[in-house]
Amino acid sequence: MTAVLTVLSCALLLTGAASCLLGALGLVRFPDLPSRLQAATKPQTLGLLLILFGTGLRLDLDDAATLVLVGLFQVLTAPVISQLLGRSAYRSGVLRRDVLVVDDLGARLSGDDDGAGTDRRNR
Amino acid sequence: MTVVFTITLGMLCAAGALTLARLLLGPSALDRIAAADVFVILIVAGTAVYVAVYRDGSNIPLLAAVALLGFVGSATAARLAERRERHR
Repeated sequence: MTAVLTVLSCALLLTGAASCLLGALGLVRFPDLPSRLQAATKPQTLGLLLILFGTGLRLDLDDAATLVLVGLFQVLTAPVISQLLGRSAYRSGVLRRDVLVVDDLGARLSGDDDGAGTDRRNR
Repeated sequence: MTVVFTITLGMLCAAGALTLARLLLGPSALDRIAAADVFVILIVAGTAVYVAVYRDGSNIPLLAAVALLGFVGSATAARLAERRERHR
């Protein structure tokens, strides 16, 4: 039983670290901020969750419970940070418009496609 | 077991180096904030691997604290950076 847990824990730690590495690679290689945010959130969160799971397999139950809390917190906060950065990039004009495929927010902001009574305060 | 931990920490260190490269290259402040956020996650992951190596649960509150601190810092920096970039 212990041997099985050890092997499983090793596999999870290795997969998690590989996922983190791939995410960091994407952060360097991708051309613009929105795609970098993809690389910064999804693979990192997956990698961290795998590593926390692999760590929890080697600990007592009460220690592992706190690890669940850490993982839950990461899952909740990663989209918030991504959303904040994307919004900041759009509003401050850092975003590269030439690589965008779809731009729903622009039509809404300029009022062309009047987003069903877009609130003026939000412009 | 030791081999596995060495490889894991090596991969995390490589990821940290790549993230620091993005942190230095920029080009905008928002890219740097994204990279800093990823770096905090990597620190949490590295500490978790340390906990797994020594099977010592006393460092686990540190994981929660660092994760929380990273979120607050990145959120604040994102708001400030938006204001700065807009007024440029």
